[in-house]
Amino acid sequence: MAIDFKLIVDSLPFLLVGARTAIVVTFWSVLLGITLGLMVALGRLSKITPLAVVCQAYVEFMRGTPMVVQIFIVYFGLPRVGVYLPPLLSGVVALGLNSGAYLGEIFRGGIQSIDNGQTKAALSLGLKPMQVMRYIVLPQAFVRVLPAIGNEFVTMIKDSSLVSFIAVQELTYRSTLVAARTYDYFSMYMATAMIYFVMTFTVSRTLMWLEGRLRVGD
Amino acid sequence: MISLKNIYKSFGSNQVLKGVSADVAIGEVVVLVGASGSGKSTLLRCINLLEEPDSGQIIIEGVVVTAKGVAKHEVRRETGMVFQQFNLFPHLTVLQNITLAPIRVRNTPKAEAEALALELLHKVNLEEKSEAYPYQLSGGQQQRVAIARALAMKPKVMLFDEATSALDPAMTSEVLSVMRQLVAEGMTMVVVTHEMGFAREVSDKILFMHDGAIIEQGTPAELLQNPQHEVTKAFLSKVL
Ligand SMILES: Nc1ncnc2c1ncn2[C@@H]1O[C@H](COP(=O)(O)OP(=O)(O)O)[C@@H](O)[C@H]1O
Ligand SMILES: [Mg+2]
Repeated sequence: MAIDFKLIVDSLPFLLVGARTAIVVTFWSVLLGITLGLMVALGRLSKITPLAVVCQAYVEFMRGTPMVVQIFIVYFGLPRVGVYLPPLLSGVVALGLNSGAYLGEIFRGGIQSIDNGQTKAALSLGLKPMQVMRYIVLPQAFVRVLPAIGNEFVTMIKDSSLVSFIAVQELTYRSTLVAARTYDYFSMYMATAMIYFVMTFTVSRTLMWLEGRLRVGD
Repeated sequence: MISLKNIYKSFGSNQVLKGVSADVAIGEVVVLVGASGSGKSTLLRCINLLEEPDSGQIIIEGVVVTAKGVAKHEVRRETGMVFQQFNLFPHLTVLQNITLAPIRVRNTPKAEAEALALELLHKVNLEEKSEAYPYQLSGGQQQRVAIARALAMKPKVMLFDEATSALDPAMTSEVLSVMRQLVAEGMTMVVVTHEMGFAREVSDKILFMHDGAIIEQGTPAELLQNPQHEVTKAFLSKVL
């Protein structure tokens, strides 16, 4: 038989520990990405030109360079300037920086999609521009970009496999270890793919449900 | 109470206000009429500084609000505005729409803000809708909530920008009756409208705008019965 189910079942506990690490990396990366993304979006929309330019440069650099290289820069490169981060943290920082650029663009689009009349009405009531952002624009923009945030989670679950390059013991790294020992690459990577799929599918379905519940009133 | 002195405003190369001057006294109801594109909305938005005039002065109760260093948000909380498109906040309930600004801007305690909101909803005849979301309301109901929302800040003046233009006749009359009530209470109002019957009935003064300037003004009797300018005559013959 092409697929060795016994091997898969036997190595499952070992792989699932890796899957948990993948989730941890994804979770913190996206969280960092959402925070950075919000800052980048507001920066790009701000009237302070230098800030807007810096934010735009950041976005374009992150989107125009390979993620593996970004991970290498953080893990292998930063020690040169005295910043030593352990592998897992390096991975989270690199993926988070990358995610921040993509989410920044998504948030910017979400903010701009909110009808200008909302801002006018809120300003006319005497709210300060920051309050208008916080209480009126961002809550509405957030609901609109929720599907995109969901996609970002799904993308990040998959891209977290790249931190195996810097020896973070996540799912891909661990299945490579077993495959290298048993030479059964096919079984191991098929099993790995299935585990990733279960994770991404669960996330995308959960977000679809959440979105349905939040859409009230839009 | 409000004095506009020689207001100019351009968008790019498009000069929209060409030296507008006008006065609104306390308790006065001033109606602004004119063809679409003549600059009525822009002028109204200058009063609460949603648009910044290029030159000229706006004086509200003795304060030159166009002066450098005047906090715009402090001017705006004294000037309520009602928009053609209602612009209720769709993610908030009716009650939250009304209480947001008193709570966040005036630091009114929540319970007090809610009590006031319910009072205002009673006034616009929508008490039972306090927990509804805007999408659950008709246009006329939304506009009445928008009026209540503006009133909750206890503004010194109310600005209405074609508040009934997006409404059918039945809903228009609901909104006009709320506006009439405000007039009766002595609210100072600047109203952009095409409802000439309403203008005749409630206004102290009608200003006719044409191409960025007020070319004629007077009491409803003067302006509607005896317009001087050809453009005013032509305009009135279309809307009366
Ligand atoms: N935010 C804006 N940017 C550019 N042009 C504008 C803006 N607002 C209004 N205008 C222009 O100013 C002119 C007057 O518009 P407006 O004040 O809305 O007139 P009215 O309310 O009398 O119909 C129009 O030519 C319109 O295109
Ligand atoms: Mg207009």
